[in-house]
Amino acid sequence: MQTKDINENIAWAKINEDVLRSMENPRMGYWVALAACVAMIMCAVLAEIYQYQVGMGPSGLNWPHMWDLYIATFVFWIGMSHSGTLLSAILHIIQADWRKPIYRFAEAMTLFSLMTAGLFPIIHLGRVWNMYWVLPYVSDRGIWPNFRSPLVWDAFAITTYMTSSALFLFIGMIPDLAICRDNARGWRQKLYTVLSLGWQGDDRQWRHFRRIYLMMACFLIPLAVSVHSIVSADFAMSIMPGWHVTTFPPYFVAGALYSGCAAIITLFILLRYFFRFDEYMTIPIMEKTCKLTFAIAMVWTYLNLIEFAATWYGHDPVAKELLIQKFIGPHAPFFWTMLFCGSVLPFTLAFEKLRRHMPTMFVVSLFLNLGMWLERWMIVTPTLSFSHQPFAWDIMWPSMVQWAIVFGSFGWFGMLFLIFVKVFPSVSMYEVKEMVFHRRHYHSDELESKFHRRAGDRQSDADPSREGA
Amino acid sequence: MKRYYVMGLFSNFEEAFSTISEIRQHAIPGVTVDDVTLKSPIEHPEIEEILGDRGSPVPKFSLFGAIFGAIFGFLFLASAQANFLTQPQGGKAIITLPSNIVLSYEMLILFGVLSTVIGFMINARLMTKRHPLYSEKVSLDQVGVMLELDEKNVDSLKELFKKHKVLEIREEVSQ
Repeated sequence: MQTKDINENIAWAKINEDVLRSMENPRMGYWVALAACVAMIMCAVLAEIYQYQVGMGPSGLNWPHMWDLYIATFVFWIGMSHSGTLLSAILHIIQADWRKPIYRFAEAMTLFSLMTAGLFPIIHLGRVWNMYWVLPYVSDRGIWPNFRSPLVWDAFAITTYMTSSALFLFIGMIPDLAICRDNARGWRQKLYTVLSLGWQGDDRQWRHFRRIYLMMACFLIPLAVSVHSIVSADFAMSIMPGWHVTTFPPYFVAGALYSGCAAIITLFILLRYFFRFDEYMTIPIMEKTCKLTFAIAMVWTYLNLIEFAATWYGHDPVAKELLIQKFIGPHAPFFWTMLFCGSVLPFTLAFEKLRRHMPTMFVVSLFLNLGMWLERWMIVTPTLSFSHQPFAWDIMWPSMVQWAIVFGSFGWFGMLFLIFVKVFPSVSMYEVKEMVFHRRHYHSDELESKFHRRAGDRQSDADPSREGA
Repeated sequence: MKRYYVMGLFSNFEEAFSTISEIRQHAIPGVTVDDVTLKSPIEHPEIEEILGDRGSPVPKFSLFGAIFGAIFGFLFLASAQANFLTQPQGGKAIITLPSNIVLSYEMLILFGVLSTVIGFMINARLMTKRHPLYSEKVSLDQVGVMLELDEKNVDSLKELFKKHKVLEIREEVSQ
């Protein structure tokens, strides 16, 4: 059974070779996947053109359903973006080096999720040409955006998060871009020469690099928390039942981390399989990611339960009615599916045999994310269906235009990710080298076997336990 | 006066570090450890013990950026909101602290990050021309020790490199 996060005997040259190989010569499967993503985007583009020409009518958005799939999916993609920061920044600060082989694609996922999320408020506006009104600019009529509105906070927070995440990804990639520069030819060499900013790997550069990476990690952790808290404020600052909830900020942050971790598991398995990264994206690292996901799933479940309890015992009749409607009303099948996928299915992550079985984890991770997407939909839509005035209660199911745009957003994300993995190294070469170096020089096999010993394992006779002696 | 740049490529950190240790012990007269530049595929965790603590002012850039961002953010918002003095506010505060704190916080982080990146680029001397002695092997798996020195010390340095099993020596002369 593989117990080491990485084989410390991998040669540094082999790490370069394996990662650089993954960036060359796309196989047929890659082009098929790319074509599928483009086809999905085209569905969304056609739907958006139709909506643009005709107006918001075909989307089905009308009072009281002013928000629906667009905003739910916006929240979903913002949530997805949190995983890169979690893995990269938090695990970097606590010096959990198992993050090293997997943080690069997680950070890329952060950036592309934000790029996908950013499209939805614009699409939702209808009048897409007026989207710049949300930016704080000096209007010739002296009118500024309403800084008291959480929607403006969103614009600030997401712009800051996207800028910082892009810089964090880029800065962390500079030493690898230098490796690419030294090994590439043609247009790639020109691209990497520009992007590597003249990196030479001298002690001055490494010294400052270490500091900037730490500083940026320190900035990004509170930023990530604040971004999703602010997204939750879009709802919680209103007085709508089901939205005006004290636990919304932590609930949103937990949900964001949860969906992000589930997506990391999905992409982990895909990259491991298609790029043959078995030596870097190892089963012990997969296990650690699964354990982290399970812990976050339990936090999310707990926050759900206290939200239900607070609503039930709070005796606000409107909020209570909404809660009952979620459990037994027209949205109940989706609500129960959300609870099953979000709270019951994660228990598969608690079993070692299942955690080490990649096909099972792949399917589970997809269902976890289905649950997380349903969670966002169940936050947005039922509240608008069963609000304060019973005469205005109305059930609305999303139109094909909305579904097409949501469907296309997955294609957009997929396309960006597919381009990324072929243009940039999806595994951090220099950090894997560091990991191998550390394991080789500062790791003892005795400690390794001790920490990785499982309950059922027999202890070696040569190393009898001295506990209690 | 001609200045010589000499770089030795080593297969591992141990050999490179023993070379630097000898330089530290004045194995070559007139050459100190401050003249040494170490080039490596990774940052060695104990590099400061070998080269000495050379410090990094990047955190100061972060601090400056963060403070500037918070102050600028708040003043920017407050000045924009002051524009509302010409408009009826219905009894609400013109400069609203709760919302401004949220936005100033975001500005603190944004400017902190931007300033940190600028600080890094300046101090790490990025976006400058690569040194002629740069070797692609450093980005692969070798460790380079480079020194700038006078002509009279070049041979002694090469001898020192050879003593520590150098794989390759590169040399560049500047006027």
